[in-house]
Amino acid sequence: MDTLFLVFQQTMFFTIPLLLVALGGMFSERSGIINIALEGIMIMGAFTSILFINLTQDKLSGQVQLILAILVAVVTGIIFSLLHAFASINMKADQTISGTALNMFAPAFAIFVARRIGGTQQVQFKNTFRIDSVPVLGDIPVIGDLFFKNTYITTYIGLAILVISVVVLYYTRFGLRLRACGEHPQAADSVGINVYKMQYAGVIISGALGGLGGLVFVVPTSTNFNATVAGYGFLALAVLIFGQWHPVKILGAAFFFGLMKTIAASYSAIPVLATSGIPSYIYKMIPYIATLIVLVFTSKNSQAPKAEGIPYDKGAR
Amino acid sequence: MKRKKDSIGFLSSLFAIVVGLLVGFLILLASNPSEAGAGFWTIITGPLTHGSKGVGQVFYYATPIILTGLSVGFAFKTGLFNIGASGQFIIGAFAAVVVGIKGEALGSAQWLVALLAAIVAGAIWGAIPGLFKAYFNVNEVISCIMTNYIGMYLVNYLVSTNKGLYDKIHNYSKNVAETANIPKMGLDKIFEGSSVNGGFFIAVIAVIIIYILLNKTTFGYELKAAGFNKDASKYAGMNEKRNIVLSMAIAGALSALAGALLYLAGSGKHIEIQDVLAGEGFTGISVALLGLSNPIGILLAGIFIAYITAGGFYLQLLNFSTEIIDIIIAVIIYFSAFSLFVRVVITRIQKRKEDAKTAEEGGKK
Repeated sequence: MDTLFLVFQQTMFFTIPLLLVALGGMFSERSGIINIALEGIMIMGAFTSILFINLTQDKLSGQVQLILAILVAVVTGIIFSLLHAFASINMKADQTISGTALNMFAPAFAIFVARRIGGTQQVQFKNTFRIDSVPVLGDIPVIGDLFFKNTYITTYIGLAILVISVVVLYYTRFGLRLRACGEHPQAADSVGINVYKMQYAGVIISGALGGLGGLVFVVPTSTNFNATVAGYGFLALAVLIFGQWHPVKILGAAFFFGLMKTIAASYSAIPVLATSGIPSYIYKMIPYIATLIVLVFTSKNSQAPKAEGIPYDKGAR
Repeated sequence: MKRKKDSIGFLSSLFAIVVGLLVGFLILLASNPSEAGAGFWTIITGPLTHGSKGVGQVFYYATPIILTGLSVGFAFKTGLFNIGASGQFIIGAFAAVVVGIKGEALGSAQWLVALLAAIVAGAIWGAIPGLFKAYFNVNEVISCIMTNYIGMYLVNYLVSTNKGLYDKIHNYSKNVAETANIPKMGLDKIFEGSSVNGGFFIAVIAVIIIYILLNKTTFGYELKAAGFNKDASKYAGMNEKRNIVLSMAIAGALSALAGALLYLAGSGKHIEIQDVLAGEGFTGISVALLGLSNPIGILLAGIFIAYITAGGFYLQLLNFSTEIIDIIIAVIIYFSAFSLFVRVVITRIQKRKEDAKTAEEGGKK
């Protein structure tokens, strides 16, 4: 039973960043802008916020420091994503190219600045954020062990953002307008919606959640940041497709991918799997292969926003 | 008309390069004002100040990225975005290294067989996103990203679980046989002390073949037509499904050849068992964009990027980290995505000039 709890807690550490970043990608794509820069945005968000933790270590610690770091990550993500928004919305650039450029820029920038400041490319930090057991709630049998022990506030923030995302996307005027821009921007424009503004909003949300996701990925799994988020931005893109651009399905996809990652990372500690003799590489490959298979079965009836990736041109019919 | 379009494309690439270098200079200036000038000068002239070895290294760095650039650029011409060059690259490297380790019986033909094995493996690997696109309508960008990771993990798995291939102490693939290394073809005499080898000639030959294929053959015409307008080419009776698959297979073969040439260069490269995608694949995207997907342009762009990369290595002497080069390249790519904007500006200026001219002529009447 203890192994099960441990696996579940580990899975949450991998699931929450995937969930956050994929939700970010969802807002951007639902507004019509493909954002493959998620990887780069995660790196930038993680870099500045971990650097913030590193620099304020003497004065701050615990949840206050983490919350401030979250703000740093979100703001960084927003600023960085504006570059993508400017290129794809104002300049009508190819969105994949702009995203590729940002993905190349982020790790190089993080290493360059880290070397400049600390002499090495790793940014160390003290993890004072782990919550051993949430008071009262942690004592509930089973549920307490699953959700309220060995955890971080970021887990609850992630789940809260999921709920907010569902409400915003499906129950507000903003959400309806955003989705309209991703499906048929000309129609949206014809009823007075400012398409450019909506697309900026979509990309900015993806920047905020992407930056946050970067921090949330690094904190539980490491004690230093080495200018990489190990392909999680791209994996989040797969989660987004696997979840068919729908928030609740994205949670399911993120959990499945998180479980595979956990098994790959710690399968030697899980007795059943350690004796099975299946190498960890197989588990590492499964999320990507599964996404390919899902793509085959859903592409005929894909839920992808219809106008995504096409620069919106007011004059076009 | 075509020439005019080419020159605008060239100008927009030039614009991107200038902005990229400018941003690089500003970053150097911000991080260490006193050394910034010297650092910038090193980036621009570094490879030329180290004799024939420095120049040779530029061609050595250029070889794989010309080919991955050609792979991405060729796919662009046929209307496909091959972001999967990274996976194809490592699959090709793996096939070449397997032949390089196990195929000693082949003697002096070993390197050639290794290259052919890489080409075949890369073509098959590259065809996968093509098949998915042609028959299931799956966006090739997404399936390419997936095959990048699958390819990387697959190669790590195959190398690390095979005792004949795996050097456990160093956690990388074993050395290939001497006869598997690409012959120097005289380049070691011209560029003494550098790692350049016959692979550069092979890359140039590939550039020429792709140029002829795209511009002088019916097959190439069909592929380009599909890139311009998928529906029109289908209406004209071209087999678009077959063409998509073949385009991706050729692109995959080119990237795989890049991997084979790098790992058989005899410069001490091994396939390392790390969960990191091959950077050469992504640099290929930069090369293709900067070279405007034109094979000759890609050759020049590959040499240019290899040149500033080589310059970046000498930057370490001034205590700047080499990542500044990646930053410059990223900025160049970002601004080369603005080509549409540059085109609009240039045509507007030209139009204004013409308008002024006609107005003047009208005035004379």
